[in-house]
Amino acid sequence: MNVIEWLMAPFRYSFMQTALAAAVLVGLSCASIGVYVVLRRMAFIGDALAHTVLPGLVIAYLNQWNLFGGALVAGVVTALGIGWLSRREAIREDTAIGIMFTGMFALGILLISTVRSFRDLTHILFGNVLGVTVNELVLIAGITLVTLILLALFHKELELTSFDPTHAEVIGVRANGMRYLLLVLLAFTVVSSIQVVGVVMTSALLITPAAAAALLTQRLSRMFVIAVVIAILSGIVGLYASFYADVSSGAAIVLTATALFGAAWIIHSVRRARQPEDEEIDETQMEPVL
Amino acid sequence: MSEPMLPYSGGYHHDPIPGAPALVVERLSVAYPGTKRLALRDVSLIVPVGARVALVGANGAGKSTLLKAVAKLLPIRSGAIYIYGNAPGGCHHRVAYLPQRGDIDWRFPITLRRLVLTGRYVHLGWLNRPSQHDKSIVEAVIDQLHLSDLAERQIAQLSGGQQQRALLARALAQEADLLLLDEPLNAVDADTRAIISAVLANLRGQGKTVIAATHDLGRLETDFDSAVYLADGREIIAPPGAFVGEKVSV
Repeated sequence: MNVIEWLMAPFRYSFMQTALAAAVLVGLSCASIGVYVVLRRMAFIGDALAHTVLPGLVIAYLNQWNLFGGALVAGVVTALGIGWLSRREAIREDTAIGIMFTGMFALGILLISTVRSFRDLTHILFGNVLGVTVNELVLIAGITLVTLILLALFHKELELTSFDPTHAEVIGVRANGMRYLLLVLLAFTVVSSIQVVGVVMTSALLITPAAAAALLTQRLSRMFVIAVVIAILSGIVGLYASFYADVSSGAAIVLTATALFGAAWIIHSVRRARQPEDEEIDETQMEPVL
Repeated sequence: MSEPMLPYSGGYHHDPIPGAPALVVERLSVAYPGTKRLALRDVSLIVPVGARVALVGANGAGKSTLLKAVAKLLPIRSGAIYIYGNAPGGCHHRVAYLPQRGDIDWRFPITLRRLVLTGRYVHLGWLNRPSQHDKSIVEAVIDQLHLSDLAERQIAQLSGGQQQRALLARALAQEADLLLLDEPLNAVDADTRAIISAVLANLRGQGKTVIAATHDLGRLETDFDSAVYLADGREIIAPPGAFVGEKVSV
């Protein structure tokens, strides 16, 4: 079997074509929004959002409602709940996240334990990109499109509130409003990626590609491109691994992203070692923006 | 100047009240959210259009607090503020605020040029992209602050003085009438100090109003027309002849 044949063989199956499309779309939206998640130090909230959609998924599953709908409601409720709990600084945001995250996840587990057979629910926890249906793919495509359009339309305000919320407030842009927008988009994105890598590993698609990109460039636009490339590449490599080695697709995708992050880290370290140390400014030049 | 199609705030359109001073502060008291202690107590002052006023006082005296209250970054506990006759936030584009350097995430991947460009955002509003006109203003102020060679640098790669000049460039790019500068001369090199002094002199020529918190008593006489002394959140009586601006005492 030659290389081309080897590469093409999996995609003779329609479920593999659907899986590929889903992995690419989810990589696109997760990596794009992930750049903001990483730069704004919201990694914890991204992970928390992914976990807190669990009770929504389980309740929807038990009632045979749409799983997407259940997850979306839970995700948006969490996003707004965290913002609301921490709005007056009586509770710090990371504390609020910790409380919401574990409470909602425990509720999900509790609900799961009431079901005798929850084979399908392991897919929720660990993802099953090979099981994505055409309807789900359409939803994923819709979420990706809306996310990318909103990120593009509000880019200058998202960027400004990320590095200088004070100036944003002075000119009348509510920094908190932009944060809510990002949280709600994050909830949508997380829900769309759960089918691919599962509740437990979704934050890897958000954070790992963007973190790797932040090591490789100091330009925001390039950071978006690199993060998206890494996420899509991880999706594709993970699919092949899953097809040929018969391993968990979600885990394979996440591990590929982790390996690419490792490569980015090595490139960053080599560049830094080569950097002349006579100028103090050049020291900071290669600092990651994490 | 064209108005934005979708302004960030409904207050964009408010016109100045004819004859109103640039800033009127009436018996203002301010506390930081979540605290009881007043950071500013019963402070009153009037700054006429075109004046350059220095806010002088020790750390914690309330200089930054006063500027933040005028910029509508802090809620007013009691008293009132009028900017060109309007309440704070009544005309966002007319007020520029230069924050202390610590308020900004300098590691964020953005160039100096783009940082200065954010000064134009108030004129753009939602969905609008910067025009050639905006970009030429940005280039002009970058040049004015001797930053042209550094325009493509990521902002963490600038020295403290260069960062301070970048922030002043952004405040100028906004083409505001009232500039609130929080410690523009704090810990900057001699070159930056000279450049900022030239900018302040230039602003006077344009009839702009400047209120700056400063530690640097040495330059008070040359850079400013008058000084307001704050101590422990209150305005204190200044040495005679230290200021020429109109002022209302408590």
